[in-house]
Amino acid sequence: MAKAKTNTEDYLRMYRQMVRIRTFEDNANQLYLSAKMPGLTHMYSGEEAVAVGICEALTDDDRITSTHRGHGHCVAKGAEFKEMFCELLGKAEGYCRGKGGSMHIADQSHGNLGANAIVGGSMGIATGSALRAKLQGSDDVTVCFFGDGATAQGLWYEVMNMAALWKLPVIYACENNGYSEYTKTEEIAAGSITARAEAFGIEAHQVDGQDVMAVNALAQKLVARARKGEGPFFIELMTYRYHGHHVGDINREYYRSKDEEKDWKDNRDPIIRFRAHLVSEGIASEDEIDAINAEIEKDAAEAVAYAEAAAYPDVSEVDMHVYAA
Amino acid sequence: MREITLSQAVNEAIAEEMRRDPTVFLMGEDVAEAGTPFKVLSGLVEEFGTERIIDTPISEPGFVGLAVGAAMTGARPIVDLMFGDFIYLVMDQLCNQAAKQHYMSGGKLTVPMVLRTNMGATRRSAAQHSQSLQALVAHIPGLKVAMPSSAYEAKGLMKTAIRDNNPVVIFEDKLMYQDKAPVPEEEYLIPFGEAFVKREGRDITLIATSSMVQVAEKAAMALAQEGIEAEVIDPRTIVPLDEATLIESVKKTSRAIVIDEGHQSYGVTSEIASRLNEKAFYHLDAPVMRMGAMDVPVPFSPALEDLTVPTPQAVVEAARKLCGGEMIHAA
Ligand SMILES: Cc1ncc(C[n+]2csc(CCOP(=O)(O)OP(=O)(O)O)c2C)c(N)n1
Ligand SMILES: [Mg+2]
Repeated sequence: MAKAKTNTEDYLRMYRQMVRIRTFEDNANQLYLSAKMPGLTHMYSGEEAVAVGICEALTDDDRITSTHRGHGHCVAKGAEFKEMFCELLGKAEGYCRGKGGSMHIADQSHGNLGANAIVGGSMGIATGSALRAKLQGSDDVTVCFFGDGATAQGLWYEVMNMAALWKLPVIYACENNGYSEYTKTEEIAAGSITARAEAFGIEAHQVDGQDVMAVNALAQKLVARARKGEGPFFIELMTYRYHGHHVGDINREYYRSKDEEKDWKDNRDPIIRFRAHLVSEGIASEDEIDAINAEIEKDAAEAVAYAEAAAYPDVSEVDMHVYAA
Repeated sequence: MREITLSQAVNEAIAEEMRRDPTVFLMGEDVAEAGTPFKVLSGLVEEFGTERIIDTPISEPGFVGLAVGAAMTGARPIVDLMFGDFIYLVMDQLCNQAAKQHYMSGGKLTVPMVLRTNMGATRRSAAQHSQSLQALVAHIPGLKVAMPSSAYEAKGLMKTAIRDNNPVVIFEDKLMYQDKAPVPEEEYLIPFGEAFVKREGRDITLIATSSMVQVAEKAAMALAQEGIEAEVIDPRTIVPLDEATLIESVKKTSRAIVIDEGHQSYGVTSEIASRLNEKAFYHLDAPVMRMGAMDVPVPFSPALEDLTVPTPQAVVEAARKLCGGEMIHAA
């Protein structure tokens, strides 16, 4: 089981992971803008404390399911830049041999069962993973990430009912970033979201998703309890996406003001906040932090260059993997 | 004649029908202010208001179910399903509920609704946003299925769909929204079950749906250079299917290739090919050939995705062989 994140090393690791996500996304966005990336992708920037706070409470045996906005979950669960950029560019060395791309990126080696392009599409998968853990007497926990918009999917209510009836070790983590595509959450969600979980007798929490320490502290507790059979749990994480719904959603003032975006970026940024904490607590100096940032930028630049030069899958792979052997 | 995009054509058809009939309303995700991610419905909410252009939560089975109920009780809903791939989510509402009400009630209930959605690969959108699932719904008795191949068809078929007393599913190719075609200013409708002969020819019939009509036309141009005259026919609706026009053409050419972007196995191409076999067998000089998408989930990598769909080059090669008397499927 992961240790409580109280010492210097653990704090620095959380910081690094958040910066790795931001840096990954900055590079992915650049690849899109320079027309080097096929298709569209959804940026996780702004929501880093959610994925990192939760995944730092998990081990490699614990599973997660991810969403269309999934790069953050993938990095936070331990994935490498090289394989990720290769996947985004459709190259053979990508995590899914280029077959999945951004919206289906998965990394079994660290327990990431995959991103999903169907909103809410992984709620059954996550709950099924938890059912397997219970049936097989394994103490791993599964975290199901999804957005506020996904709470409108009926599937969630079916699987929550079963998870609660059977006390499954699953944690539903709703990343409430205030929007689903171009619509504000209050226009599509009636009543309270936490109350929906509570209606099934599921313990529900709401937490500031821009505060990585708060997210991690809560996740540590709930993961430990879920391992002991006290699950399921529900967490609503209040957060914000900095970019448009996807990288092509540039002119968005018709649904979201620039002032609102600026307020979240200037006053609630999870990385800036945590950095200030690390410095004021004497955990790291400004110089040390700048060095961490520079090293991550270098890693990302190298991984991008590697992926750009990497080979596409051979044409013979097109009908490979339709059926398992 | 003026030219407009397929997107504008759909928009005009819906606006005209909403002006004509106050019982028509539209709902779906991000259809109002956003006008859908493809911006097809931009401007409609300004004219018709949020009472008739309704943004829904991401609850596909829910709002399709609402459309069925509204249609059974006197409204004419149009539901916007953002991607054709989400058809799987609404299968019960569409196939068990909408499709069967008229029959189960002995003809007393009707479900005059339109489900507009899309299809088409090669947009680098991977396996869950690229499928062409027309065969799935065409399989279900009670549902009509339209597949516009240009802005002209998109407008005329949409207007007919809205006035039809049955549930109609319209598949638009998402890569064609910006394609322009001549569309008259005056009102027109395109009746269901009437194929359109896009190009006449005596040597081989290319029956193609939606964007595959462009593929067939390109192939026909290339074949003409070699002295092979291909006839290109667009069925426009696959349910009902205008068998007569297809059979008549094959009687003339004695050869046919059927092209559709759905998976080839158990697909639209199989159905049309077997009808030709049953009804024009003695006029055929070669087996009717199917060309659908490869039987694989749509891969993300451009290096793989482009291999999965029929291309003009592949049609040319197949047509050449059929016309040359080569046995393509010889054991
Ligand atoms: C079943 C389904 N319906 C609609 C979509 C189209 N779509 C993709 S993302 C999205 C919004 C999701 O919002 P939310 O769950 O809040 O996640 P966020 O994008 O804010 O992270 C929609 C409607 C989809 N992919 N799947
Ligand atoms: Mg959201």
